[in-house]
Amino acid sequence: MTATEPLEFEKPIVNLERQLADLRDRAADSDIDMSTEMKRIEDKLTKLKGEIYRNLSPWQRVQIARHTQRPYMLDYVEHTFDDFVELHGDRHIGEDEAMPGGFVRLEGHRVMVVGHQKGRDTKENLRRNFGSAHPEGYRKALRLMKMAEKFNLPIITLIDTPGAYPGIEAEERNIAEAIAFNLREMMMLRVPIIAVVLGEGGSGGALGIGIGDRILMMENAYYSVISPEGCAAILWKDRKYAPESASALKLSAEDLKKMEVIDEVIPEPMGGAHHDHITAAHNLKRTLIKHLHDLESIDRDALLEQRYQKFRKFGEFREKGRR
Amino acid sequence: MGIFKKRSIASLGKKKSDMPEGLWNKCPSCGAIIDEITLKQRHRVCTKCDHHFTLTAPDRISMLLDVDSFEELDPTLESTDALNFKGYTDKVKGYQKKTGLKDAVLTGRGAVLEHPVTIGVMDFRFIGASMGSAVGEKLTRAIEIATAEKRAVIIVCSSGGARMHEGILSLMQMAKTSGALARHHEAQLPYISILTHPTTGGVTASFATLGDINIAEPGCMIGFAGPRVIKETTHQNLPPDFQTAEFLLDHGLIDMIVPRSMMRERIGELLDYMLPVGKTA
Ligand SMILES: [Zn+2]
Repeated sequence: MTATEPLEFEKPIVNLERQLADLRDRAADSDIDMSTEMKRIEDKLTKLKGEIYRNLSPWQRVQIARHTQRPYMLDYVEHTFDDFVELHGDRHIGEDEAMPGGFVRLEGHRVMVVGHQKGRDTKENLRRNFGSAHPEGYRKALRLMKMAEKFNLPIITLIDTPGAYPGIEAEERNIAEAIAFNLREMMMLRVPIIAVVLGEGGSGGALGIGIGDRILMMENAYYSVISPEGCAAILWKDRKYAPESASALKLSAEDLKKMEVIDEVIPEPMGGAHHDHITAAHNLKRTLIKHLHDLESIDRDALLEQRYQKFRKFGEFREKGRR
Repeated sequence: MGIFKKRSIASLGKKKSDMPEGLWNKCPSCGAIIDEITLKQRHRVCTKCDHHFTLTAPDRISMLLDVDSFEELDPTLESTDALNFKGYTDKVKGYQKKTGLKDAVLTGRGAVLEHPVTIGVMDFRFIGASMGSAVGEKLTRAIEIATAEKRAVIIVCSSGGARMHEGILSLMQMAKTSGALARHHEAQLPYISILTHPTTGGVTASFATLGDINIAEPGCMIGFAGPRVIKETTHQNLPPDFQTAEFLLDHGLIDMIVPRSMMRERIGELLDYMLPVGKTA
């Protein structure tokens, strides 16, 4: 992988790596043996990486989830799947490039994939709208998912959005209804559905393609009802408390697995998927194949009942005379 | 008016206004001063400008349902503090005390002009009628009962959206309620969503817009994203009637705008078409 832009908390690692590189250069140019010193720094680096990357705070994970060099939906489509045939358009208003989708192969399985796609640079973000889909995106996604049902193909949705787009046209074309309709219809699709949060699982915009028989998350992805900044602005009246909000919201994959909201956390390479796209994509592939095998063996009526109950059980409450 | 001789559910919650009966109310829209008795007789609609004041859930239920038909479901169900979220337990307790409600929705069996329904009515006084586990669970149960007993579902929506303090569990209530509606829909039973001021966020993006019929009260605000967020994101000026009931009628989201005084009759008329003939409560 090419060098990535370091995040604030990675700077001690970067400094040490720089020291090590300098030492290597000097060692190459001189006759003095620096191997002891190099070994010392290498050990220190390993230790430091372990300390930092194994104890990531929820807010640090949010930053990794938003890293501009993180693998995006189409990167996973390239490295996890084969033979992508992209399909376009919602058949009514237009094509939404923030929500690509199409046929794809996963080992022996033929699959329909849909998901949010962010842009890597300003130019691509103009097309991809920073991964924030309009109603057309959600309606295209449903069109493709219904087609999958017709041809008996399992569905994999790849979630990576800060949220559905808050814009005038999006409201005019009833983005809320587009999301709501997907929630209702996805509940009844008679093929297996696996939803994976790749990076950002931003609220209703994420959930709008997030109904499934399995909900998986990449290790550094987050999934939340509100952005940490939005929560901080409401609760602490200041966005600078986003780190505290990120902890309070329990939005990390680890927390959501503990709460039994998601089924599995998919490991990322040390320091985050942006350090090694290929390994991240292979980890996803392995996990998807396993769950697909499990789901395909389930009778379809039972599958739908299980899907219904999966979402039915979410919620914490108490009442007199029960429980 | 005056068909509700007996207010059988008056005990369900305290009055919206802190002012005792016989006092005066100021219309937030036109500034008219209206006495409490007149306002109540007019279902809290302004005598001058027809502004629809916010209704409490108990008032809404007595306005919509046949007299004495309401049978409340899950009256003790309340949210817990699943995330151990800063200040949430006290917040809930405070609103419970203030409103006399356990959470932001009342649900129950009932009848509208003799049609069997289950009804859910959100109460904006309770943390902006935000949806957490309690709201989601009560609505889901009400919908499931409707499916089992072949009843129509009526939900009177108003909400600031999903409740932040319960994190992802609040978001998942959108899926849960929509799932229950999927089964109700599959059973070919009618669902009428009544959108009232204001209906926003995750509630708009789930059950509120899934009605076979979506009805709005005049002038109410309905939207997904808040207008401030849209302005900040797009740097555009918003159209003057943006996100109003009238705007959304023009943009195809809702079937009709119905003034409060006509709501009950309209629902009855619609259910006459939608429920199997000969089924009465
Ligand atoms: Zn007025």
